[in-house]
Amino acid sequence: MDNSIKMRSVDLEVFYQDFQALHGINLEVKENHVTALIGPSGCGKSTYLRTLNRLNELIEGTSIKGQVYLDDISIYEKDVDVVGLRKRVGMVFQKPSVFPMSIYENVAYGPRIHGIKKKNQLDEIVEKSLRAANLWNEMGNRLNSPAARMSGGQQQRLVIARVLAVDPEVILMDEPASALDPISTSKLEELIGELKKNYTIVIVTHNMQQAARVSDFTGFFLNGYLIEFNRTSELFVNPANKKTEDYITGRFG
Amino acid sequence: MNQTKNSGLNRRGEKLIENALVLCAALFIIIIALITVFIFARGLPLLLKVGIWDFLFSSDWRPTKGMFGIWPMFVGSMAVTSVSMLWAVPLGIITAIFMAEIAPFRVGRMLGNLVELLAGIPSVVYGFVGLIVVVPFIRDFFGGNGLSVLAGGIILGIMILPTVISISRDSILAVPKEYKEGSLALGATHYQTIRRVIIPAARSGIITAVVLGMGRAIGETMAVVMVTGNSTVIPSNILAPVRTMTSNIVLEMGYASGDHQAALFATGMVLFVFIVFLNLMVKFAAKAGTANGKN
Repeated sequence: MDNSIKMRSVDLEVFYQDFQALHGINLEVKENHVTALIGPSGCGKSTYLRTLNRLNELIEGTSIKGQVYLDDISIYEKDVDVVGLRKRVGMVFQKPSVFPMSIYENVAYGPRIHGIKKKNQLDEIVEKSLRAANLWNEMGNRLNSPAARMSGGQQQRLVIARVLAVDPEVILMDEPASALDPISTSKLEELIGELKKNYTIVIVTHNMQQAARVSDFTGFFLNGYLIEFNRTSELFVNPANKKTEDYITGRFG
Repeated sequence: MNQTKNSGLNRRGEKLIENALVLCAALFIIIIALITVFIFARGLPLLLKVGIWDFLFSSDWRPTKGMFGIWPMFVGSMAVTSVSMLWAVPLGIITAIFMAEIAPFRVGRMLGNLVELLAGIPSVVYGFVGLIVVVPFIRDFFGGNGLSVLAGGIILGIMILPTVISISRDSILAVPKEYKEGSLALGATHYQTIRRVIIPAARSGIITAVVLGMGRAIGETMAVVMVTGNSTVIPSNILAPVRTMTSNIVLEMGYASGDHQAALFATGMVLFVFIVFLNLMVKFAAKAGTANGKN
């Protein structure tokens, strides 16, 4: 399998005004693999995820030091087009954020803002994206009904379809299953396994079993530091750091 | 033992407070009902005597001769309200978007305070400013004597801005931040996000803001009386003087009696029905918003 590096951060530090949320994070995300970020609440894992598509900039008073690379592009350089970056690095949030429109319009939203206007082209993208998100069989004949009427799990898969519709390279997921029931969660995890054939995935999760199930690599964050990063099979079975061991055996957090 | 006694006391106290609340609510409803009954009791007989059609659509208002047609005033209210809405609604909505989405936090808050201040100024002050500033300005630059539909529309527009701005802003701020982040994360620009996701999601609130602003414009009296000239003819253009339904009541109530007084109550009835209709529209807009899938 391809082992090239898709994204990496070098000595990354993030500040919210005076508070330092991340300290010197060096991390590599491998292409076509799933990288999981775990750690207790407030450890900085979500903050880190949001630096990868520059969504952290929405919070007033955020500043950043160090570098983040997508392929060979340093994404925090002044001349980088944020819109283009976010097209390449899509994101799925904790709470399913379907827009108050129909299922079709939700998926077509991204392609439309990027300039695709032809109906048959949009139809094709919508179908392809819904299929890829395992939603076509359930929803293919209900494309015009409001997205908000779907179940939470379906909504989350719709959000993934919406991300796929703009044809990204990396998909960031911020605790995508934390608001879902067990059956929806397992469907989502199954989907993640399928998506990594074509996409690079970074997932933040509270649930260590989930990290163990879906990811190839895992990073453990604590108090703004990346404590340990390794192959998932290695990190969970044989943690190198005492703090990692304490966390995954449930001694805190 | 002691404990049960205490809780018994609490329960009695609770009951007492509950009853007091019910009483207050009932009193409020009774007051509203009495006002409604009173207006209709005074106005309806005349309305039926003159005939609803003639009352609404006849252009002759000569109360001393027994001719009661409020059509010029009805047109007047609509004209002044329309002029005010025409400029204040777009300006108000755009300002609300700026405050909620674009302005830095401090600037947004400062603007919010200014809007509250604007809402707190008594209407007679607006009327006075209109009379001293707006009316001479119109006279000098556009002709006529300045007391006009345009003057009324300008002053009314300023007066409904706070309503339009604050309700629109609140409904925009109430849009879940997940919508905004979800859109931006797809590579949409801030402007695309505002236009295609945030505004549609806030639509029912914005419609409410517009309709409530309209209600305020139709009901406003003092400032309008001071700047519109108050003649009972249908205005031929926006520089002509005009009288609104509210002005009609306040100008003549001092000396009206008998059928004349009843005709003023009937004018009040028309206003009342109009405002009730607008409020129903607000309810409908809000419901349409939730049916569209806003959580």
